[in-house]
Amino acid sequence: MADAEYILEVKHLCQTFESGRGRKKITVKAVDDVSFSIRPSETFGLVGESGCGKTTTGRTIIRLYDPASGQVFFNGREISGRMTGELRRYLTDNIAMIFQDPIESLNPRMTIEEIIGEGLRVRGVKDKQEIRRRVNEMLCKVGLTQEHATRYPHEFSGGQRQRIGIARAMITQPKLIIADEPVSALDVSIQAQVINLLNDLKEEMGLTVLFIAHNLSVVKYFSDRIGVMYFGKLVEVARGDDLYKKPLHPYTRSLLSAIPEPNPFTERSRRRIDYDPKTAHDYSRESPRMVEIEQEHFVYCSPSEEAAYQKQLGL
Amino acid sequence: MSFELRRGETLAIVGESGSGKSVSIKSIMGILPSNAVVESGSIEYDGMDLTKVSEEQFHKLRGHRIGLIFQDPLSALNPIMKIGKQITEVRRLSGYGKKEARARALELMEAVGIPDPEKRFDQYPFQFSGGMRQRIVIAIALAGDPEILICDEPTTALDVTVQARILELINRIKQERGLSVIFITHDLGVVANVADRVNMMYAGKIVETGTSEEIFLEPAHPYTWALLSSMPDLQTHERLVAIPGTPPNMIDPPKGDAFAARNRYAMKIDFEKEPPIFKLSDTHDAATWLLHPNAPAVEIPPILRERIERMKGEMGNRG
Ligand SMILES: Nc1ncnc2c1ncn2[C@@H]1O[C@H](COP(=O)(O)OP(=O)(O)O)[C@@H](O)[C@H]1O
Ligand SMILES: [Mg+2]
Repeated sequence: MADAEYILEVKHLCQTFESGRGRKKITVKAVDDVSFSIRPSETFGLVGESGCGKTTTGRTIIRLYDPASGQVFFNGREISGRMTGELRRYLTDNIAMIFQDPIESLNPRMTIEEIIGEGLRVRGVKDKQEIRRRVNEMLCKVGLTQEHATRYPHEFSGGQRQRIGIARAMITQPKLIIADEPVSALDVSIQAQVINLLNDLKEEMGLTVLFIAHNLSVVKYFSDRIGVMYFGKLVEVARGDDLYKKPLHPYTRSLLSAIPEPNPFTERSRRRIDYDPKTAHDYSRESPRMVEIEQEHFVYCSPSEEAAYQKQLGL
Repeated sequence: MSFELRRGETLAIVGESGSGKSVSIKSIMGILPSNAVVESGSIEYDGMDLTKVSEEQFHKLRGHRIGLIFQDPLSALNPIMKIGKQITEVRRLSGYGKKEARARALELMEAVGIPDPEKRFDQYPFQFSGGMRQRIVIAIALAGDPEILICDEPTTALDVTVQARILELINRIKQERGLSVIFITHDLGVVANVADRVNMMYAGKIVETGTSEEIFLEPAHPYTWALLSSMPDLQTHERLVAIPGTPPNMIDPPKGDAFAARNRYAMKIDFEKEPPIFKLSDTHDAATWLLHPNAPAVEIPPILRERIERMKGEMGNRG
């Protein structure tokens, strides 16, 4: 059942895609039995390499896709069931998404005011003055100005477009934001601007954020807790510092060992750890499952791996 | 703009998009878009001024002595040609026989870590993952026995674990073959991993140059400070120091120091006069008025100062 402690609960979520045709048709398990929960005002980071299922997880939660199986609860209410007009409204009221590519996600024929105000119109706000006032307020919040309202997306730089995307997501005052690689397409100096903006808005509006990214330094900086995905599965979930100081799953360790840091001294002695699931685990006799090995620290492992991890942590 | 590349070193060229880092390299390679002109300065390679050599000489240089690795391996590969053939072709162009070229290609595939070279030889690019494709591109670049390897954001499109392997590979072949490497990137972690020396670029100019140690431990240009303190590392908790605004329009470059408008340390003179280059050591110099004897002393961003202190501490621990 749903737990009042959490604003979002994802339980055994699965998503599949079919690719190819006829005899060659195969089913890809893009998300495979993923469970995690997020507390109100918390930022939960989802990391993993491209194709591991991060985007699909986010899109399935917000119902851009119907889940293959599993359940998702928002504030205790199931949002993974049959889609109705009422559920759609509930979702748009509460959850919004920020996309990686600020260029592709903005309609080129709409003015900035139309783009940002759309969420209000969809929700039945008809008063033009009211919409304009709230759009201008949002523009200010994301560091743009009223003069920008009548312009079109192509007149803006990448960083400004991402600000527009953020304003569009935030105007309906959602409780949960799913940010899918919101800074990955931006220049280094612009990334920091957008990260700071998201942090400010998070504070100011008490937002809960599901932050999806492949840059681990950024995820670590931005998130309270982090989930690591590998081939559709969540393999480890922990508080940021725990994950970085005592990673347990060999995939997490491999991922961490690969991040170059702006420090020539540590880089010269960097030792990369390889991960090969075939040799790293023996699941022929025991099956792996998600275990809470210490408080708030979950790892996907078999009973014997669990014992080894406990020893490693000195438990 | 001019710079030098020493034998056997890796020189990183760092900057954001539009900073001119790729343009400077493309002019070396003679594949500049036709509307670009090398306005001033020279690009020297083994005593030859590359802006002056004949086209014929240039093709020779490009094919043989300089190998190129781009960000997007797909654009560098012919999608309808077997990868073995793409590697041997370079070799054949330099006058090797078919058999020898094949043997050499297999050797290179092995060297860059493509498993099962014999079997993979006859496959097409689409049958490889992104990381494997980049290895093929590296094999092709090495096939002409280059002396210089130019890597233009070779790992930006790759996942971190794949990136780590490719960086290892480039570092290793550089050692083994005594190559000089020019590495273009905006990722300062990657710079720390590969570079012996670093050129920081802003708006088409080198604003600071130094050894990797000098750039990371004693950065002197406010743009270097800003870039270093704008990205979090795994220990960062404090607010990031964002660089305000966007890079200047290169068609109509601003007067004075191009970074002035975004520089929190900018002084009046920065908006009026371009700063000269100030020498800090035999290997380290920077173009900023802050180094002028009459400039006021300024504090570098705290987030960066702390990181540098931490690095120095780690160095101490290592003895
Ligand atoms: N619309 C789709 N149709 C078919 N396959 C898809 C689709 N979206 C994603 N996939 C596949 O699902 C897997 C997970 O993809 P994705 O969620 O985009 O990963 P990530 O965001 O972590 O890079 C990949 O194998 C991808 O190819
Ligand atoms: Mg994705």
